[in-house]
Amino acid sequence: MNYWPLLGVAVIVIGFALRFNAVPVVVVAALVSGLLAGLSVADLLALLGNSFVSQRMLLLFVLTLPAIGLLERAGLREHAQRWMARLQNLTLARLLIGYLLLRQLLATMGLTGVAGAAQTVRPLLAPMGEAAAQKILPELDQDDREELRAVAAATDNIGRFFGEDVFIALGAVLLIQAFYTQHGIELSPLAIALWALPTAVAAFVIQSVRIWLYQRRLQRRAARRERGA
Amino acid sequence: MLRIEHAYWLIAAFLLYSGWRNLRDGHRWHAAFWIVLGLLFGAGDFILAQSAAGNALPAQIAGIGVIALACLAPRLRRQAHPENRSAEQRLQSAIELGHRLFGPALLIPLVTLLVALFGGYLVIGQFALFAQSQMTLTGLALACVIALLAAARVARTPVHEGVAEGRRLLDAIGWAALLPLLLAALGQVFTRSGVGAAIAEIATDFLPTGNATAALAVFALGMVLFTVIMGNAFAAFPVMMAGIGLPLLIQQHGAHPAILGAMGMLCGYCGTLLTPMAADFNLVPAALLELRNPYGVIKAQAWSALWIFASTFTMMWLLVFR
Repeated sequence: MNYWPLLGVAVIVIGFALRFNAVPVVVVAALVSGLLAGLSVADLLALLGNSFVSQRMLLLFVLTLPAIGLLERAGLREHAQRWMARLQNLTLARLLIGYLLLRQLLATMGLTGVAGAAQTVRPLLAPMGEAAAQKILPELDQDDREELRAVAAATDNIGRFFGEDVFIALGAVLLIQAFYTQHGIELSPLAIALWALPTAVAAFVIQSVRIWLYQRRLQRRAARRERGA
Repeated sequence: MLRIEHAYWLIAAFLLYSGWRNLRDGHRWHAAFWIVLGLLFGAGDFILAQSAAGNALPAQIAGIGVIALACLAPRLRRQAHPENRSAEQRLQSAIELGHRLFGPALLIPLVTLLVALFGGYLVIGQFALFAQSQMTLTGLALACVIALLAAARVARTPVHEGVAEGRRLLDAIGWAALLPLLLAALGQVFTRSGVGAAIAEIATDFLPTGNATAALAVFALGMVLFTVIMGNAFAAFPVMMAGIGLPLLIQQHGAHPAILGAMGMLCGYCGTLLTPMAADFNLVPAALLELRNPYGVIKAQAWSALWIFASTFTMMWLLVFR
């Protein structure tokens, strides 16, 4: 066994830990691993080029930018905030937990591309969340706003991840099934997907509780400030 | 017929436009970065077709292009372009347009949803409107175009203003946009270099696996750790299953395959929430939401990931050896 290609992993760990620019770190790690594994320079370049262009779908989100940019210029975020401020019963926790549920259900049906950081979080969920947080604590500073946006993005990720595994025709389940088939164990996709349900429920409960705790933290800060003032 | 390749050409055109605008504004490094990336996108089909036909030269040139991008990336400063309109102007426009602004924004998920659900039925004679493969993503690209046209109509702004705004946002995201592709490519290089097999061998050689619970813990933690390193649970799964899951847990300790597979994969998903290597979920959203801390999203989901992992592992431990 040739252990030298593991140095590529070391390059990644050190580069990310020292917060170097991630793009050259990743490319250097690929070159180090490939060369230490004995690939020729020509093969390595071809492998790098081929695998890069075969992943082009990962940049698809940039196509949302013109529409989102135009709407933001016309006041989309300002409108989302004003609208949230008027909805009395829609608290921050209800907004985020409702989004989590919707995102998870859509992913369960295999519809992962429907929502996302570019499609829904930046234009809609984040500004609405900021407005909902402002109803609790009117003087949000920059750190608070960024933390809130991060919580919104985290909620989006968790809803997607722990919903998509339940969908029988999507990557994860098919990958598991294919692995077992290769090794002589026959399983139906449904038999695998069903066992993803307990974690899907657990993930929903855990993230909902964390959202609720986050809202309570804001409420306590608001109460303290009122008493102090 | 609409295919995913059309979306790639659209992306290439947008990247080249962004490069050209940066060139005109005198930001040479930004211009070079987006133009090289745009050329890689535009030539992608040709590169893959030539590789399949046995001609490696275009792929090798693409590899050099990737290295060029790596050299250019550190020179891109996060230049926040000034917003074209003041906050008061935007607020004024928000009051004037009201709920009409939501329409185009909701068109993006809505059209994507419709294409994903019904795209396959849109057949005129022998002519299918959407190609079967990657239909949802093709739908997303179409949705973006429709949303842009609708947005231009609602805001009574010419479409090219929208493309210019898009370029402003793209410059704000900068090199972070590239990371998902690069990390996926790195995963393939790691696989070809035998990094996964080496780690699995170290794990099985040095860790206690005689006891069923200990082996299960090594398997679950291995899924997390491996996903953190590779940025993708799909890369970790076959390695950990072949190293520990199949020979030890299933064949020796009689673990239930469906439970082990499904819950083992979900342990890996917890790792995805923790790692900058999963750039498309963790770093790109941070850039897109203009967080100063690139690891802000990971920080926000770390405790959720740990609790979800703990509950999944507990359930797996209780169920898998029945």
